[in-house]
Amino acid sequence: MNVEIKQLEPILKKYEGGGRDQLIPLLQEVQNTVGYLSRESITCISRKMNLPASKIYGVATFYNQFRFTPQGKYHVQVCRGTACHVKGSAAILEALQKELGVNPGQTTRDGLFSLEVVACIGACGLAPVITVDGEFHARLTPELVGEIIETYRRKAAENVKA
Amino acid sequence: MAAIEINGRIAEATEGETILTVLRRIGVRVPTLCHIDGLTPTGACRLCVVEVEGMPGLVPSCAYPVRDGMKVQTHSPRAVRARKTIIELLLADHPDDCLYCERNGCCQLQDLAEELGVRKRRYAGGHRRANLDISSPSIVRNPEKCILCGRCVRVCEEVQAVSAIDFVGRGCRTQVAPPFGEGINVSSCINCGQCIVACPTGALREQSDIKKVSDALSNPALTVVVQHAPSVSVTIGEEFGLKPGTDAVGVLTTALRRLGFKYVFDTGFSADLTIMEEGSELIHRIKHGGKLPMFTSCSPGWVKFVETFYPDLMGNVSSCKSPQQMMGAIIKTFFAEREKIDPKKIFSVSIMPCTAKKFEAGRPEMGRDGLADIDAVLTTRELARLIRLRGLDLNTLESDEADTPFGERTTAGKIFGASGGVMEAALRSAYYLLTGAEMEDLNIKNVRGFDGIKEARLNINGIDVGVAVVSGLGNARKLLDEIRAGRDDLHFIEVMTCPGGCINGGGQPLKVDQEAVKARMRALYKIDREEALRTSHSNASIKRLYDEFLGEPLGEKSHHLLHTHYVERDVV
Ligand code: SF4
Ligand code: SF4
Ligand code: SF4
Ligand code: FES
Repeated sequence: MNVEIKQLEPILKKYEGGGRDQLIPLLQEVQNTVGYLSRESITCISRKMNLPASKIYGVATFYNQFRFTPQGKYHVQVCRGTACHVKGSAAILEALQKELGVNPGQTTRDGLFSLEVVACIGACGLAPVITVDGEFHARLTPELVGEIIETYRRKAAENVKA
Repeated sequence: MAAIEINGRIAEATEGETILTVLRRIGVRVPTLCHIDGLTPTGACRLCVVEVEGMPGLVPSCAYPVRDGMKVQTHSPRAVRARKTIIELLLADHPDDCLYCERNGCCQLQDLAEELGVRKRRYAGGHRRANLDISSPSIVRNPEKCILCGRCVRVCEEVQAVSAIDFVGRGCRTQVAPPFGEGINVSSCINCGQCIVACPTGALREQSDIKKVSDALSNPALTVVVQHAPSVSVTIGEEFGLKPGTDAVGVLTTALRRLGFKYVFDTGFSADLTIMEEGSELIHRIKHGGKLPMFTSCSPGWVKFVETFYPDLMGNVSSCKSPQQMMGAIIKTFFAEREKIDPKKIFSVSIMPCTAKKFEAGRPEMGRDGLADIDAVLTTRELARLIRLRGLDLNTLESDEADTPFGERTTAGKIFGASGGVMEAALRSAYYLLTGAEMEDLNIKNVRGFDGIKEARLNINGIDVGVAVVSGLGNARKLLDEIRAGRDDLHFIEVMTCPGGCINGGGQPLKVDQEAVKARMRALYKIDREEALRTSHSNASIKRLYDEFLGEPLGEKSHHLLHTHYVERDVV
């Protein structure tokens, strides 16, 4: 936790004295630095900015971009751009949710995967597309989802052994 | 001045006031849900919509300012249809649970559905599923019944300056909740219950102790003792159709006896005791350079507020326990000894206007030898439920008197129930303690009434004393910030958590307007006007308690039984 609070200090300094309208950019910066909005971060921001934690949490949960758990070892992004949507990205997302047992914004209990829905990744030619840890997986079908996730699970297991 | 036309009739109005204000003044009733008198309108529920000539859409009357010459239709078919649709949409994902609901018969959503003639479910939304939050000793949250009107959020923020809860999430998953998906007990909530009073539905209610009390009452091994707070006798009647402001103390006592309480005591007695201790503490602080200003400590929500938000000022809060806790401590020591009852066999109940009292009773330092001083706290509302459950009706019972010695109180102890009452009682006795004489005029009128912050200066025996009276923690925050910034002309500050004091507490009867709350306050001062004993130091039973048991105010025994300490709270 203390490491995290250390990371926050320069950001908080930058926004010192800022009002509520500075909250979103501040939260974005904290998330980019720490990876997510932890309870400790929010409490710390609350004290420094003199804003109730409930307000900050309320604002943050209103936007999809914020996450409240650390990212998994493999971060899965599902494109919800128009092209992907037309090609069935909703079914892909559903398959992923089923396979991983988490909703967008959450991380699996074993800490391996986190799931996020993002605006168009700009790979419309490959639709529907997801990225896992930055690697693209193109022209997916719901049936393929399980296989892809399984390869990462194996990879993680091998890493542990090695 | 402006003249506007409402439903074809001319009404006088002031430019800038809201349409709703005018409607209320001339007696045209338009339903509202999200609106709270005195707070900034949000226009969130749109239930109050009316038609304004020349405007394309309906406008929310609670937020829309009057303009000269404006023509308003409040009950045009279009407006009424819109209102009905709003209620139907709210009901779409509402559990049809009225029969099992705490607020059955006292629910604004239910009333509106009836009033607007909703007879079938026109929209079928998925039922929202959410967990009951029973983490708090005071407040139970049932998000499934929440209609997201935001009243609780605004009261908690704008009136109490606590902001324990807010809207979380978005779209159909929105909830009103404390942060981090936690229970409200680990939030900054100070247990005041003002959110319950504001809530139009069964989404918020008190944590009930009715079962605990009923069980104790039917346990022959226990001596069940009850005390009732000063404000309860002037509000309980409302639950039984009596006019607001009726003092029902006699029948209340009878009802409590019929329920099976062995002894009925009046918290006004220990309010008098509080004054003796707190008045002495104030004088001691002034004479010996103690921390000033001193704050009162009888309102547990306020105490938790200081512990949470102003821990640097904890040393300024009087070390006196509240009247509830003083009574509790005396019952399980002095009284138990005198009546030769094992304190373990005493079950001590208090009837309070307050949900924070439940929290206070559970504070670990409020007892000794692992024995709590107070075993259960019922709100005025819960007591009414218990009375109804036993088939008693306050309208027909005969009056009775409380038991000695803790049934005796002066009117100084009685006015504790109103903002300014503790101050007035304390000044009456402080004057006596310092001068040995009674104040010429016992009425200290400038600390009475509903103003959020009241101040007065008076000269007692050459000492110039500055006092302030605050109710509603938003107002307390203002004053505390002044003090933090160096303001030093005040000696004694009374703070009550709820606006107007206990008469408007979070455990009081629901669905009342400001007029009813004013009547409650008037009732207390009427008692003060009409009775003979008006100063705590003139309470003979208190004197005897000091002679026989306690010794003197701030003495060794008092220190153990009647005083306490505070803890800094680290909450989210
Ligand atoms: S909150 Fe009101 S409408 Fe909802 S179940 Fe309870 S009584 Fe019925
Ligand atoms: S009990 Fe008081 S402090 Fe707690 S949430 Fe309700 S209004 Fe806020
Ligand atoms: S809990 Fe009650 S007051 Fe709060 S938003 Fe829901 S319905 Fe309104
Ligand atoms: S009462 Fe006017 S919009 Fe809710």
